[in-house]
Order: sequence, then C-alpha cells, then structure tokens
Amino acid sequence: MCAMRPEPGHESSVPSAPGAASAPRAPDPGQAAGGGWKAVLTPEEIRRALSRIAHEILERTHGGEGVVLLGIPTRGVYLARRLAARIGEFEGTPAPYGSLDVTMHRDDLRLRPARALRRTEVPPEGVDGKTVVLVDDVLFSGRTVRAALDALNDLGRPRAVQLAVLVDRGHRELPIRADYVGKNLPTAHREVVRVHLTEIDGEDSVLLGERDQ
Amino acid sequence: MNRHLISAADLSRDDAILILDTAAELASVAGRPIRKLPTLRGLTVVNCFYEDSTRTRTSFEAAAKRLSADVINFSAKGSSVAKGESLKDTALTLEAMGTDAVIIRHSASGAAHTLARWVTGSVVNAGDGTHEHPTQALLDAFTMRQRLVGDGERGRGMGLDGLRVTIVGDVLHSRVARSNVLLLTVLGAEVTLVAPPTLMPYAVETWPCKVSYDLDAELRKADVVMMLRVQQERMSAAYFPSIREYRRRYGLDAGRMALLPEHAIVMHPGPMNRGVEIAAEVADSPRSTIVAQVSNGVIVRMAVLYLLLGGAGEGAAA
Repeated sequence: MCAMRPEPGHESSVPSAPGAASAPRAPDPGQAAGGGWKAVLTPEEIRRALSRIAHEILERTHGGEGVVLLGIPTRGVYLARRLAARIGEFEGTPAPYGSLDVTMHRDDLRLRPARALRRTEVPPEGVDGKTVVLVDDVLFSGRTVRAALDALNDLGRPRAVQLAVLVDRGHRELPIRADYVGKNLPTAHREVVRVHLTEIDGEDSVLLGERDQ
Repeated sequence: MNRHLISAADLSRDDAILILDTAAELASVAGRPIRKLPTLRGLTVVNCFYEDSTRTRTSFEAAAKRLSADVINFSAKGSSVAKGESLKDTALTLEAMGTDAVIIRHSASGAAHTLARWVTGSVVNAGDGTHEHPTQALLDAFTMRQRLVGDGERGRGMGLDGLRVTIVGDVLHSRVARSNVLLLTVLGAEVTLVAPPTLMPYAVETWPCKVSYDLDAELRKADVVMMLRVQQERMSAAYFPSIREYRRRYGLDAGRMALLPEHAIVMHPGPMNRGVEIAAEVADSPRSTIVAQVSNGVIVRMAVLYLLLGGAGEGAAA
C-alpha cells in the first residue's frame, strides 16, 4: 500500500507527529483561501462522505450490530460522533461512540517534549467482543493508528477492529490501511492537510497547503 | 516544565494545571483491567530513600511500574550508606549504572537540590528534611480539585481559585505545609496556617499565606482543613506542654468537625497520629479524603514521571 517512499531521513520527525496534519490551527479560513491553501473538500462533500461511510459501516457489519466507534482526539472524536448520529438516522439506533487517546502509546514520544494527554472515554458496554471502528481525520504515516491498536489492546479484546478516515493522504510508513475512506487525496510529502470541523474550528473544510518554510 | 521537580516553587500555574489534568486522564487507567502503559519502557527509575517511608516509596514505585519503567529501590538501611558512603558517591554510583530519574527522600533540607547537580537524569524530591515535598502538594491539590472544583468535568483545566484551605498543626517541621502553601497559592487558593506559636516557622509572615492561632474561628470558613502530623521524631525540645493540651487546642475531633461548612473536606498527608492531631472518628468520616489521597498519589506521581521523562528533554537530545 506504500504508494511513495518518503525521502530517507525524513520519515518520522515531522510527518508522523500527532496532528501534523490537523493540530496546528490554520489561519482563519478567509486568509487560508488566499494564503496558498486550497479547499479540497467542501462542507457538502464532507457531509456526503460521512453519510457514505456510515452506510458502508452498516453494510459491512450487517446493520451495525456490535459496532463501537472510537475517535482519535481531537477531530476523530467529532467525526465518530457524527458517524454515530448518522448511523442512528439510518437505522433508528445510534451506535455507541467514544474517544481513544493514543499519546502514551506513540513511538515518537522521545522526539518532542512531553505532551498533554487527551481524553479516553469508552462507552459503558466496553469493547470486548465488539467491532471497533477507529475514526481519525487524516491517515498519513499510519503511526497514530498503530498506537491506537496498542492502546485498544489494553482496553479489552474487540472481535474486530476497522479504520475509518475522512482523508487518506498516502505516504504510509507501516502496513496499515483504512477500511472506510472519505476521500483519497494524493499529496506530496511537503504538503500539509488540514481538516476543519464546525465543532472546534467553526466551519467544515479540508484544506491542502504547503508546509511553512 | 523543568527537568527536575525539587520544589513546588518550580511549577508555574500552567505547569501545575498540566500535571493535574494529566493525572485526571491517568485516573481512568486505574479502573482498567490492564493498569499499565508502555510509555516509560526501557527507562530506569531509582527510589533513593534515606528516611523511612511506606506510602511515598510504594506510591512512586507503583507509579513508575504502571508506566513500565524499571524500578530500583535503594534504602539507606542495609546499604553502603551504613558504611559511611556520602550522598555524592552514592549519586555517582547510581549515575554510572545508568538511571533516568532519581526519586530522593533525605533528612537534610536541600538534599534533592544538591543531588540534581551531580546526576544527568531527572531528580524528583520526595521530601527533604523540613523543606519540601512537592508531589504531596500536587496530590493534595488534585484531591481538592476533584472534590470541590467544577462539576462533571472534575475541574479539568482549572485551578483552585478562591478555595479557602486551612493547614493545621506542626507547620515548623512540615515539608508538606511548605510545598502546599507554595503550590496552592499559585493555583489561586487562600491558605491559612494555624499552629501553636512554637510550631510556626521563623519568618512565616513572608510566606504567601495568612497565619492564625484560633482554630475554631478558621474552621467556620474553611473549604479544606488539612491536619499535619505532629512530628515527634524531629522535635528535640518541648514545643507544647502535653499531647493532651495540644489535642484540646489544635486537634480535630468530631465537635470541631461540626464547625466546618457542609461541603468542607478533611485531609491528612499521613501517617496519622490518631488521637493526637486527628480523632479516629474524624479520620474515618465520609468527609475525610485520607484514603483518596493515597490512590491519587499514585496517579499524580505517574503524571509527574510522564511529564519529566516521557518526552524529549528541552534542548538536550534524550
């Protein structure tokens, strides 16, 4: 699944940092459009992508039985909540959702000063025997997902684990792939993908830009 | 954050809140089937205890082990210290074995500060003489925030602004009181010290807190009352006429507890002298957070170890 090898010596430092793609606050949207940021997904496209993913989850899991959605903070949690609500609209019963902090399981902890932890909240029914769908905004190196798999391992033993992402931007560094993808976005390594969600950024959009040099 | 945790004064308000928030997240780990995180795998933490201790040493040990660090326990009794080895030589020995953090308790004030000059790893002060015990202050602040600040969110991201804390007893010999005054003040609490005049430290008026000699008056307006242990092992002179008189004026019994506002909590850093500074019925009452303080101690120390050791050191490559 490795479409493109990252340049040697450039592997883990920046690209696999936790929200390299999403955490830094983008300049305000108006400025973003003019500052070299290109919108690659509009609010409608994000809405449709999430609806499609919700349908696909229902299809693959035979009506969403035993599904637990776990979002990876920050934006994965909001996406998980939206998917859970969507599943509720389509099937009548919303899927349980929660959040899974992966900080303590990251492989790049020693590369940066210690980070603040985020919330881990597992729905009361737990994860044992469930089909856990991990939800994140951007799939990049795959290292965050690896950390999430480890973190999940300490919480229990799911029957199966699947992965849903809003954007797959390629450049995997680990043998990991997503089961549900909102949009496949071919990117160059130096580019940055930013996901904005209404819940914390005031608007829905996915922006593509160049890393500030 | 600094590389070491020697004094509560090393912590800014933001540092302190970061530690408390990290601890709040780590609290959920204690309720899981697997109470262990891989974060400090491969790191070595040495517990270096020159003074007797049960809860602090085991608390640090549990905290380090839950983060997967390797723990070496070293106590002065039955070690080369008994043969006359100096602190510096012990430090160099530990250093040569490759340790990433040293947790030190020592009867001399300033021991942790001195040790930090000799070792490359992090130093965490687990009590130095009558000087400081910063992790105790952090776990006390965490317990207060958990019980009294915010609802639902348990005060995440918040300080202890406006909380009235009364610390009662042997302030003179108490490193817990000193660290608490510094930390709680930074977090916005109003601290009042109550003690017999003989057990008030010299120059206490320069501390950022109020001083009173009338326990009953202070109890009526306290949100938190923290009883300190009468440290007879450090007392070389008669600081008060008799235990009975101390108990009557500065001990917390059920009658005095009734003066506290409805929501107020009773804390004690342990070990307690039941029947001296605190009556058994008070220690065992639902208002007492003494047991919660012990379990909070482990998660707060996990948070401290994670924040000191979990990332790359500032500037220096880890």
